[in-house]
Amino acid sequence: MAGESASPARESRAWDRNPILKVDHLSMRFGGLVAVNDVSFVAGRGEVTAVIGPNGAGKTTVFNCITGFYKPSTGRLALFHGGPATDAEVDGVTASGLAWGKSEAGALYLLERLPDHKVASWARVARTFQNIRLFSGMTILENLLVAQHMSLTTSGLLNPAAILNLPSWQRKQKGAVDRALYWLNKIGLVDRADDPAGDLPYGDQRRLEIARAMCTDPVLLCLDEPAAGLNPRESAALNELLLSIRREHQASILLIEHDMSVVMEISDHVVVLEYGSKIADGTPDEVRNDPRVIASYLGVEDEEEAVAVVEAGA
Amino acid sequence: MAPVSGSDLADVPDPSPVPAEKPRGPERTSAVAGAFKDALVSGLLTALLFLPLVGFRASESSTGSLVLTYRFGLVAIFAGIVMVGRFLLMVTVWNPNRPPRRVSTTPGVMARLGALASPAVKPVFFSFAILYPFLSILLAGGLSPSRYWVDLGIYVLTYVMLGWGLNIVVGLAGLLDLGYVAFYAVGAYTFALLSTSVPINDFFAGTLGDDFWTAWAFWICLPLSGILAAMWGVILGFPVLRLRGDYLAIVTLAFGEIIRLVLINWVSLTNGGAGISSIPPITFFGVPFDSSETGFASIFGLEFNSMHRMFFLYFVILGLAALTAVVTIRLRKMPVGRAWEALREDEIACRSLGINTTLTKLTAFATGAMFGGFAGAFFAVRIRFVSPESFTFMESAVILAIVVLGGMGSQMGVAGAAILLIGGMELLRNLSFLKADFLFGSDFDPSLYRMLIFGFAMVAVMVWRPRGLVSSRMPTIFLKERKAVSGSLVKEGHG
Amino acid sequence: MDVFLQQLINGLTLGSIYGLIAIGYTMVFGIIGMVNFAHGDVFMVSAFIALICVLLLTTVVGLSSIFLILAITLVVAMLFTGLVSWTIERVAYRPLRGSFRLAPMISAIGMSILLSNFVQVAQGPRNKPLPPMVTEVIVIRETNGYEVTLAYKQIIIMVVTAVLLAGFWYLVKKTPLGRAQRACEQDRKMAALLGVNVDQTIALTFVIGAALAAVAGVMYLMYYGVVNFADGFVPGVKAFTAAVLGGIGSLPGAVLGGILIGLIETFWSAYFSIEYKDVAAFSILVVTLIFLPQGLLGRPEVEKV
Ligand SMILES: Nc1ncnc2c1ncn2[C@@H]1O[C@H](COP(=O)(O)OP(=O)(O)O)[C@@H](O)[C@H]1O
Ligand SMILES: [Mg+2]
Repeated sequence: MAGESASPARESRAWDRNPILKVDHLSMRFGGLVAVNDVSFVAGRGEVTAVIGPNGAGKTTVFNCITGFYKPSTGRLALFHGGPATDAEVDGVTASGLAWGKSEAGALYLLERLPDHKVASWARVARTFQNIRLFSGMTILENLLVAQHMSLTTSGLLNPAAILNLPSWQRKQKGAVDRALYWLNKIGLVDRADDPAGDLPYGDQRRLEIARAMCTDPVLLCLDEPAAGLNPRESAALNELLLSIRREHQASILLIEHDMSVVMEISDHVVVLEYGSKIADGTPDEVRNDPRVIASYLGVEDEEEAVAVVEAGA
Repeated sequence: MAPVSGSDLADVPDPSPVPAEKPRGPERTSAVAGAFKDALVSGLLTALLFLPLVGFRASESSTGSLVLTYRFGLVAIFAGIVMVGRFLLMVTVWNPNRPPRRVSTTPGVMARLGALASPAVKPVFFSFAILYPFLSILLAGGLSPSRYWVDLGIYVLTYVMLGWGLNIVVGLAGLLDLGYVAFYAVGAYTFALLSTSVPINDFFAGTLGDDFWTAWAFWICLPLSGILAAMWGVILGFPVLRLRGDYLAIVTLAFGEIIRLVLINWVSLTNGGAGISSIPPITFFGVPFDSSETGFASIFGLEFNSMHRMFFLYFVILGLAALTAVVTIRLRKMPVGRAWEALREDEIACRSLGINTTLTKLTAFATGAMFGGFAGAFFAVRIRFVSPESFTFMESAVILAIVVLGGMGSQMGVAGAAILLIGGMELLRNLSFLKADFLFGSDFDPSLYRMLIFGFAMVAVMVWRPRGLVSSRMPTIFLKERKAVSGSLVKEGHG
Repeated sequence: MDVFLQQLINGLTLGSIYGLIAIGYTMVFGIIGMVNFAHGDVFMVSAFIALICVLLLTTVVGLSSIFLILAITLVVAMLFTGLVSWTIERVAYRPLRGSFRLAPMISAIGMSILLSNFVQVAQGPRNKPLPPMVTEVIVIRETNGYEVTLAYKQIIIMVVTAVLLAGFWYLVKKTPLGRAQRACEQDRKMAALLGVNVDQTIALTFVIGAALAAVAGVMYLMYYGVVNFADGFVPGVKAFTAAVLGGIGSLPGAVLGGILIGLIETFWSAYFSIEYKDVAAFSILVVTLIFLPQGLLGRPEVEKV
């Protein structure tokens, strides 16, 4: 296997041993602007992977490529269901020209070949947005039901059982409401289930967006700056939510974050971008002590001062 | 110069009663003085605006060439009306010294009233709709005199149904369709062409009896019309539904026009501008409404009256409209309906949740088109004549205006708007009392002003209530309590 | 070949008229992202104003110099049409700015209905024919009795279009007004914060668009010698097609699109079928929007997520 040829230090990484997403040489150009430049990294299964970097580093663009909203200029984005696929299997699917294939462990998807909605429905990658995108004129409960569209329409968009409101359909719908209630309990918004989503305070909207993404039952959850604009209390609640998602739902999390306290506390693996390129990749401890990260990400020349800032944040 | 010489212009609404921003400095002049100045300016502006096209008129002289006639008096009258109106408004409603109206985030009074009344509105509306023909008989004093009112009811209900159909596309899915009339046309022509087709008639004459096709054409073609219109919805919708809002609007408009132009020019199929006539009339499920032995009247032991068919038409369109409403209500509670509304709220979020937005839009487009097709077939069997003239862009604009004026998404609002607009336009047709000598004289034609007033009302209503009559939205499901969502939170979609 | 040449001349003339109207669509769309549905009817109103003005000058004032008549008519039509468009923006669109996105669109449709019916009521429903104004033609070549002609009025149309376009081009590209316009296009809030008078800029955009439509209206009247209250809709849609084809938001695009639409229409009528010439125009609109939504000279639009 290709892993064998890697250095022993890399071999020991949990994310290399059991990846869920492999980003290979991803580049994204907008006209002359290179927003993402040859970025490769791996997100481990069951882990929280944080992508950090200054504004405009290309983090959101990486997310948009992963979730199919942008078609990357070059690069491969392989997502594994069940367990990691071998490099040979990935190459096989790449050569086949198809967007997905079976692997020994389960299935693998080449996300750059899937349109956005299929990234969500087939590859089961869910996401939130940097600028919250809730269905603000629909109630909170409705938001969570729309998220279960896929599982509710397995027998077609115009399912006769649904049109006639047969008991089989009512049971199915009840299951969806129960699932929504489960998530409402988790984010503490059961009492507001019948209120429009647009009426919620900002922090609640952020958590509702995460709950909505989780209602699609994803294997990979991509969160774009979930803690942006939250106060410390809300931020702590968010950490709690994310950790419990990882614990109880076996979802892997890919996270863009500015708040170093969140990053240090909950992530297993940190990838640092700057000007579209990756400048560091490792455990939170490694990254926090990486002089390049300190100098560039924090924008501080003096290295020691930077370390102090980081540690105060953590 | 000659005073008013054209008498056919008298009631043009003034187009400029909007306050200009006033600098709100501390040295604000008194309200009355300011109002006076404003009134003067708007009066002057009106005079200038009206001068070229109202002050002068290019009339045909006896030799055929154009000569000018002058109507400066008329311009002065309008300017005066605007001036006085503006002044009165400035010292009352738009008075800058009046305390500003409080801004609330809760639903407005109208919305709350609507929410309170809504459980009662629907049953009342439907009972009234069912009783309406009987009421018309009572009030008009007999079966035959009620013809006008029943006919008006049929006419209004057709637009209620069209409004409900378009509401699926525009109000729920948020897709701006300016070519809805195309599907209405497809439905009407499907029925017209099939029911008058000689080969089909001969085919059935050989197998099921001579009268079979005339008797059953409508009932067989009705579903076909809907299905065909839906198919056209898919064919037209598929390439264009990725377009953003305004572009979608224009493309649908273009499609509507293309279909109309093809109907005009494809003479061998559609008989061109002359249209298709002698479409067989509606039957009571195979029983004709005629005075024969086997007619509706003799079978049911009634005295023959041509109003029976009218009555039946009324209940058919009521049934079709009710079908539209019931199907829409059901679909809204299904995943596909929720996806429509989610699409209107945020298309990108929909895609991130795995919703195939193209397919979802297509279902909305096709469902709306299908009801348009049903309505078209009904139109053809009611008038028994179709021609491209009935399917102009104006028709689409009227239906769209009904949906938007109703408050997009609200069925009761749309029904109310249809009654107001279509009923109102119909009333304008009957303003013959204005022809009295002491008013405008006998050569005054009130129906000319119908569309003028209609256009003016469209603008005025938009400026007054951009979100329509019923702006709040009812959730499709609730846990404890169904609360109306304030219109300010509901998005209007991409187009 | 001769037919081709003749159609080329006719197409360019027609295209100039479409291009002039298209600029109004493109500028308004650029600055407030709205399809000004009433623009076609504003064009029709301008043609009527021109008609009245010409009648006034010929029958009442008794002018006989055709160029003086045209020049005065142009100025009068531009002024009054600008005023009409300014009022429309003020009354029907400005109160709706920033509200519900469909509202201005519906308001514009209402305005379009209002304008055409207003003219119908005020001036009557019949065609208004003028005696032919400029009838001289230049015969470019003649073979077997088929003359390829270039009418003086075609020359006038093309020259006036070119000169006025250059003028407005300068206005929009090189003056503070143009800068303010582009600022509003980019970000209206920011422009307002930086001291751009947004309301005034938008109003002026409407006035300029209407003035150019008025030029088109005068040319239309001179070229066809007849106008009707319903003449706004189809030229309006074609001009909009031109704006889209050229790339909405782009001024040179609007002119290019206009000329292309004019050429396509005349060639289609000459070589295929005259009945389907409007179908051809509408089909181009559909095909462009589907396959080339950014138009020939427009910038492609990337959806921001
Ligand atoms: N749709 C787009 N079109 C053009 N440029 C874009 C687009 N999306 C992002 N960019 C550019 O790519 C760069 C990276 O942006 P982004 O990924 O949003 O950064 P981050 O999320 O790290 O702050 C920025 O310079 C941004 O302007
Ligand atoms: Mg970002």
